[in-house]
Amino acid sequence: MASREDIKFLKNPHLGDQKKKYCRFKKFGIKHIDYKDADFLLQFINPQGKILPRRITGNSMKYQKKVAFAIKRARHLSILPYVADHLK
Amino acid sequence: MRQYEVTFIVDPVLSGDEIKEAAQTYVDLSGSEGNKIVHVDEMGLRQLAYPINKRTSGVYYCVEFQNEDGNFLPKMELALRRDERIMRFLTVKLDKYGVKYNEDKRNGLIGKKRPKAQPKKEEEKKVVKEPVRAKEPVRAKVAPKASTEEE
Repeated sequence: MASREDIKFLKNPHLGDQKKKYCRFKKFGIKHIDYKDADFLLQFINPQGKILPRRITGNSMKYQKKVAFAIKRARHLSILPYVADHLK
Repeated sequence: MRQYEVTFIVDPVLSGDEIKEAAQTYVDLSGSEGNKIVHVDEMGLRQLAYPINKRTSGVYYCVEFQNEDGNFLPKMELALRRDERIMRFLTVKLDKYGVKYNEDKRNGLIGKKRPKAQPKKEEEKKVVKEPVRAKEPVRAKVAPKASTEEE
């Protein structure tokens, strides 16, 4: 069986490879983050409603601050919850 | 000229006319004292993310206006704070990107991308679904035959 030519690797060699994270705001040129757009802001909070850290979202410092600010504004206006159980 | 944006939530328990009246007073107020109203966005009745004053929904309004300096804002905020019909409000100064974003949104440059993307997905789904449906009966027909042969 070891001589079979179609099996070259026992597992996918790219398994576990980390993709380089990038800041979507810089990449796509998004300059303004709307606090009324709940669907967009949902990408930056976890199921408990907490703001995701930069190391997970890949945002640059500049835009992470803006995202955090927009989420806090949305929470004040009850567009996003302060605490939740199963948001996603 | 600075551009500001006031978003407020009107109590949904009021009747439809009263809600409009409450919103109109603040649209008029933000248009007074030489201010220029850029846009009034009626976002409509929405579910709140958490209850406020034992209400679970609210009528959202967003008024964009231009003001020479910020001296007008404390008056407006005081009026909003004193009004029992207003559940919550937020005043934001828009930077140049915010102004452009709102303009683009009104012209449908931002909102359009999503509706375009969604129908495509739906079409793809339909295309995918139909062959599957067609195949299933064929398989069903084949399967009983096989079973009969086994018998």
